[in-house]
Amino acid sequence: MNLLVCISKTPETTARIAFKDGNSSFDTDGVQFIMNPYDEWYALVRALELKEQHGGKVITINVGDTSNDPMIRKSLAIGADEAVRIDADANSSFFVAKQIAEYAKANDINIIFTGKETIDYNSAEVGGMVAEMLDLPYFSFVSKMEHDGDKAIVTRDIEGGVEVAEISGKFVLSAAKGLAEQRIPNMRGIMMAKRKPLAVIPAIEAEGNVKVNKYELPPEKAGITMIEANDMDRLVKLLNEEAKVI
Amino acid sequence: MSILVFAESAKGKIKKAGFEATYFGHLTAQSIGGDVISVVIGDTTNAKDLGKYGATKVIQVADQRSFDSGIYASILAQLATENGATTIIVNHSSSGKSLGGRLAVKMAAGLVSGVNSVPVMDGASMRVKKPVFSGKAIAECEITSINKVLTLMGNAFPPLEVGGPISVEDSKVDCGSSVYKVTETKTVDGVVPLPEAELVVSAGRGMKGPENWGIIEELAQALGATTACSRPVADTGWRPHHEHVGQTGVAVRPNLYIAIGISGAIQHLAGVNSSKTIVVINKDPEAPFFKAADYGVCADLFDVVPALTLAIKKYKTNA
Repeated sequence: MNLLVCISKTPETTARIAFKDGNSSFDTDGVQFIMNPYDEWYALVRALELKEQHGGKVITINVGDTSNDPMIRKSLAIGADEAVRIDADANSSFFVAKQIAEYAKANDINIIFTGKETIDYNSAEVGGMVAEMLDLPYFSFVSKMEHDGDKAIVTRDIEGGVEVAEISGKFVLSAAKGLAEQRIPNMRGIMMAKRKPLAVIPAIEAEGNVKVNKYELPPEKAGITMIEANDMDRLVKLLNEEAKVI
Repeated sequence: MSILVFAESAKGKIKKAGFEATYFGHLTAQSIGGDVISVVIGDTTNAKDLGKYGATKVIQVADQRSFDSGIYASILAQLATENGATTIIVNHSSSGKSLGGRLAVKMAAGLVSGVNSVPVMDGASMRVKKPVFSGKAIAECEITSINKVLTLMGNAFPPLEVGGPISVEDSKVDCGSSVYKVTETKTVDGVVPLPEAELVVSAGRGMKGPENWGIIEELAQALGATTACSRPVADTGWRPHHEHVGQTGVAVRPNLYIAIGISGAIQHLAGVNSSKTIVVINKDPEAPFFKAADYGVCADLFDVVPALTLAIKKYKTNA
């Protein structure tokens, strides 16, 4: 099985969020970047487990410049067999999806994995776009997936429960918590990663039709009102009359 | 220049999300003009009620199969074309999120996901806002294409009645066939699912053990709230995983989030910071959660929670 895992670079969870150039772009100064956790912990690891079970190879794909290479190497250190970097600025979901779909089309991929969303734009767009471009079924928020080599049993999270489906053939999924457990790269993995192939290929043209004009910070909280432990009637009154939530 | 809304349904009823999306369609129509066409897929008994929330036309597609994003996107795109709709609205829900990307590709449309503002037109472009960086900032996006797809953030616009029931048209649109089969759907009955909940009572490691959860359930029951928990609690098996709220778990945006014995790690806050009102109950005055809260009680939760439950019951009896 050829398994393609889409990995995205995002600011680390605790990064300070600030903007520059008249609030038109994200200020990356001093920000640590990581592999998007859903891509790393769940999508990549489940792909590796399937390969260990059925053979084949795991390829990671990323759209970005050379500054993404350490993150891509990490995916190899965790266990991916090879990696591809599309050498371009990942400026829109549509652009990124187009690059992934073209690569998958040319390389006989059986399952394409994405994370359920990136932790920066929280959009959850790329998986569905890739599936549509390739005319493949798409399962979002997959928390469990078993594959016997012929067919897969896919469990996806829905509001208040799960839905289980059975599929033979190719598909795209987005990975949620539960699909796999995070793997930490070991020293041997890190050493081997240096010798694994990381292909850098040029992007194909694709024009997105959404741009971010500006960013703003959410309105500040008015400040906390502390309530004495023996005065819960006051809390209830405030929730009712001031906050108007009960 | 009409607006097409996908009104989600389950078990033969329009979901609250379906009314929410339709009402948002109504607000959008007031801003940019056009009719509001709500599309229901599958048989329902209350599709006519979509008229109350602003639908000017309701189309029901008789299709008994389970959700398949490919087929649903194809139905919505066909109906958009037939009805001259250029703006498509779906919920930012599990179904909606898998439709957004497909619809955008199918219709050569710009897509903005998780919107929480009413869009405005600026010449031929549409401007609309969405939260980014897990709620730590808001981005103003501009869509430059003729067709536009928006996924609506849950609980951003509580639906209001603006009209009366209207008649439902049946559609004979071609549905195609699914290449996979759904074998099982499991949902918890009688409880509002966390992503849709307006009131949430959540507890963490301060509870000391799963045997102490009775007071949390009693508070939730008194309020009519859904219960949730922090990651360590789910990871140690004290509570089921579907209750885990936070960055890797479920993101919630209720009107009221009560955090009990949860310190407020940044990963937890990322999943709850869009809540309208946050109450924190914690005996540690240094708990970071107090900085993100509207109301705080700094005391032993085992004293505070039963007292709060009593106060809620008293208020409900008198109300």
